[in-house]
Amino acid sequence: MIFFWLFVTFFEIGLFGFGGGYGMLSLIQNETVEHWHWLSSSEFTDIVAISQMTPGPIGINSATYCGYTAVKNAGFSMPMAVLGSATATFALVLPSLILMILISKMFMKYMHTRTVESVFKALRPTVVGLLAAATLLLCTRDNFSTPTENLWQFCISCFLFAASFYGVKVIKINPIHMILFSAVAGLVLFYE
Amino acid sequence: MNIYWESFKTFFKIGIFTLGGGYAMIPLIEEEVVNKKQWVSKDEMLDLIAIAQSCPGVFAINIATFIGYRLKKERGAIATTIGTALPSFMIILLIAMFFHQFEDNRIVAAIFKGIRPAVVALIAVPTFNLGKRAQLNKWTIWIPIASALLIWLLGVSPIWIIIAAGIGGYIYGRVVV
Repeated sequence: MIFFWLFVTFFEIGLFGFGGGYGMLSLIQNETVEHWHWLSSSEFTDIVAISQMTPGPIGINSATYCGYTAVKNAGFSMPMAVLGSATATFALVLPSLILMILISKMFMKYMHTRTVESVFKALRPTVVGLLAAATLLLCTRDNFSTPTENLWQFCISCFLFAASFYGVKVIKINPIHMILFSAVAGLVLFYE
Repeated sequence: MNIYWESFKTFFKIGIFTLGGGYAMIPLIEEEVVNKKQWVSKDEMLDLIAIAQSCPGVFAINIATFIGYRLKKERGAIATTIGTALPSFMIILLIAMFFHQFEDNRIVAAIFKGIRPAVVALIAVPTFNLGKRAQLNKWTIWIPIASALLIWLLGVSPIWIIIAAGIGGYIYGRVVV
């Protein structure tokens, strides 16, 4: 049954994932963490970090990782988990494949009409909202700890968040370098 | 050489060498597909990029499917799509298989505690960048605010928000413009 739901979920994500990799994150996060509880909030954040540092599109990376982890967490063996990751990745790619072939075949001439363009125009600001929601939903105890649970970790986490935001947005530090800096900071400040 | 194999190989290479997601792929795809192999012209490529960006799904896969289809119809599209997805699939599968064993390691745990808040910031940054590019005014700024609040506070699925926005845009295009 889990294979069926993995397929359906990632097919939906592929079909409705507008706005590139980051735009898709909101959907992936919502389905895999909030709805199905296949991944914890921190596992999801780890996948995003790993996706940043390894080659390939973030959508494929997280589908593969999530398919594997979901089946593994459900108590299946390793070969079944590999099958799970193949299912999720295939399901994510399938809508793109079908849609792009259909567009190439018959809808190319409609892509620049006013109606289609006004649909895309409405989607653009919506994707901004989706990303904002993904950011807010990731501000969890898993990722930041809490002042009562571990005040030291909470304060350092907030500082690392602010520093990374400033570093990437204002000083334009490469995101991969920023992840490496915070990895070093984590090792020095959180090792116990 | 067989064209299926060659297009598969080209996109496999593109899949391996792109760090940092879809848009980082554009220069590499242009170099391979437009300059070296000359499968599509430069103008066609710009058009394909624009359409692939507006459509749902993984950007790199969309582009790969388009070019594969141009070359050899459905079978060509399947060859390029598998080529693009395969490197990420294999790399992440290896990491997923072995990562569990290091999760409880104290060094790895400390490193990831530091990385997590940074990653949340990395997702916050494109929110603002995309907002700027969408050229929000005092009317359209409410679209992202309302969508974010519906998802964050009321737990509405982003899929419904996208469907609603699409229908809204369609009606707006039909009635108002």
